[in-house]
Amino acid sequence: MAEPFLSIQHVRKSYGANTVVQDFSLDVEPGEFVSFLGPSGCGKTTVLRMVAGFEEPSAGKIVVAGKDITRLKPNQRNVGMVFQAYALFPNLTVAQNIAFGLKVAGMPKADADKRVAEMLDMIKLPQMADRYPYQLSGGQQQRIALARAIAPKPKLLLLDEPLSALDAKVRVSLREEIRSIQKKLGITTIFVTHDQEEALSISDRIAVMYGGKAEQVATPFEIYNRPATKFVANFVGTLNVLEGKVTDAASGKVQVNTQEVELKGKLNGSKSGDTLALALRPEAISLGRQPGRDSSLSGEISEVHFLGSVIRVRVGIGGNTVSLDTFNNSATPPPAVGEKAEISFSSGDMLVLH
Amino acid sequence: MKSGKFWAWVIFIVGAAYFFIPLMATVEFSLRMRRGVHSFDAYQIVLGDARFQSTFLYSVIAAIFTIILGILIVVPAAYWIRLRLPQLRPIVEFITLLPLVIPAIVIVFGYIRMYGSNSPLPFLGSNMGANALLVIGYATLSLPYMYRAVDTGLRTIDVRTLTEAAQILGAGWSTIVGRVILPNVLIAVLSGAFLTFAIVIGEFTMASLLNRPAFGPYLQNIGANRAYEPAALAIIAFAITWGCMSLIQILSRFAPKSANRPN
Repeated sequence: MAEPFLSIQHVRKSYGANTVVQDFSLDVEPGEFVSFLGPSGCGKTTVLRMVAGFEEPSAGKIVVAGKDITRLKPNQRNVGMVFQAYALFPNLTVAQNIAFGLKVAGMPKADADKRVAEMLDMIKLPQMADRYPYQLSGGQQQRIALARAIAPKPKLLLLDEPLSALDAKVRVSLREEIRSIQKKLGITTIFVTHDQEEALSISDRIAVMYGGKAEQVATPFEIYNRPATKFVANFVGTLNVLEGKVTDAASGKVQVNTQEVELKGKLNGSKSGDTLALALRPEAISLGRQPGRDSSLSGEISEVHFLGSVIRVRVGIGGNTVSLDTFNNSATPPPAVGEKAEISFSSGDMLVLH
Repeated sequence: MKSGKFWAWVIFIVGAAYFFIPLMATVEFSLRMRRGVHSFDAYQIVLGDARFQSTFLYSVIAAIFTIILGILIVVPAAYWIRLRLPQLRPIVEFITLLPLVIPAIVIVFGYIRMYGSNSPLPFLGSNMGANALLVIGYATLSLPYMYRAVDTGLRTIDVRTLTEAAQILGAGWSTIVGRVILPNVLIAVLSGAFLTFAIVIGEFTMASLLNRPAFGPYLQNIGANRAYEPAALAIIAFAITWGCMSLIQILSRFAPKSANRPN
């Protein structure tokens, strides 16, 4: 296996008795885009700041390209960083902001000017060179901040919630731009976000964090479809959680309310009589019997919300409620509240949460 | 006209009269040196006096050194307190206010006892030493104004994020302070500098007790022995102070604007 480019090894961070990061380890391949995803206070920014050198780990080691950088100062690490609050220098023009790192590194002026022009072309803002930050929109400022971070050709790019302060439309376009620039330059990148859609859409891998620990590190597809823990399943995407009781562990039979579902090969470690949390994504469920769906449950429709192209239906199954979306069909009226209904799904889509 | 507006104007006019009538009277008196006519004789005598020129120059140089010393002490201190030691801010603010509470005469007597020619630090043993001590004393007197001006300037920028942004781009502390922090609080620093200038130019107690040839003792000396020249000097000193205040206003228009606003 190839040597990881960035290796975070058993890193811990405590402030007095309060431990905010516990035994965090992660290997990142060269050119990989990894997102740290989690709620506020989960430790994702602290890990990023330890990689940047703004916080010193209480224990553990951080290695970049085979070199231990744990005790190096931020200005000795050759790492680029984009901040949530843009952090452009208000007294400098756009071109001077981008050239800042190059000047500090002692690059000759002619070379620095050339590099600044390249960066401005890359972010498609060549006409903004002489503007001051206050003359730019938030999206433009963040693109300048990205260009400034990349200009000195850092080994590693760190993005600390760079899209949080922007409006929804700019956020989507800028995240695509960030990903395309990252791919073009092949720069290893760590992206911190609390927005699951952002993380799912642009990452090679996601580290879902909770309580200072990585709950799961996997590709977006795996994180969404095969969440390793109950927290990951709940945090990423919408999820229906049903309570089930194992009736026959050997054959994988589970009872939901009074109905039986067969979950072959998914009950590792469970015994008959155990109570399980079972999860189903809304898109894995259909209203009524559908071909290719081997399992079904019966219940009663408790809520119907007409949302235009989509109808959101909630079905009560004993003490559980399952939410699902169906496409609007002008020829068929929406189901009525109180109607008996059957939902069907593939048993392979049902997750057993640990 | 509404009665509220009427009374506002009355208060404004009374306030303006309170400030401007003595000023106008002083100007008028300073012009009456020649019997029967208004003239600038008092101003000509004052401005032509070699002692005026030498003491004014001395005080200007002392003010420049005081400003430099003040910037060197206050900017890094206020910056560091904002960045790393915010818990110390109330204590530092209290210390910077002490020169307003402790009279200059107490401070200067302390200096004379501490730094006399027989002390381990004999500042008063030489002319240069006494000049240095005067500048140090002036820096102390101007501390409340300089610290507040710089701290207010630092409050308008995101000190921590700008520092981290510069650090991650490879900058060391001197580059961060010199190229990122100072330019962004320059107007605040200049405000502090002009206030310092105004204080130093008219200061009497320290300069007199340390026996320095400064403008303040000269003002006092002229005031005690002449009639019209002190009025002319008062107007000149007033013009210098107002000039400094106007410069603060003009320069504040060139302050770097904050860019950290949401989209």
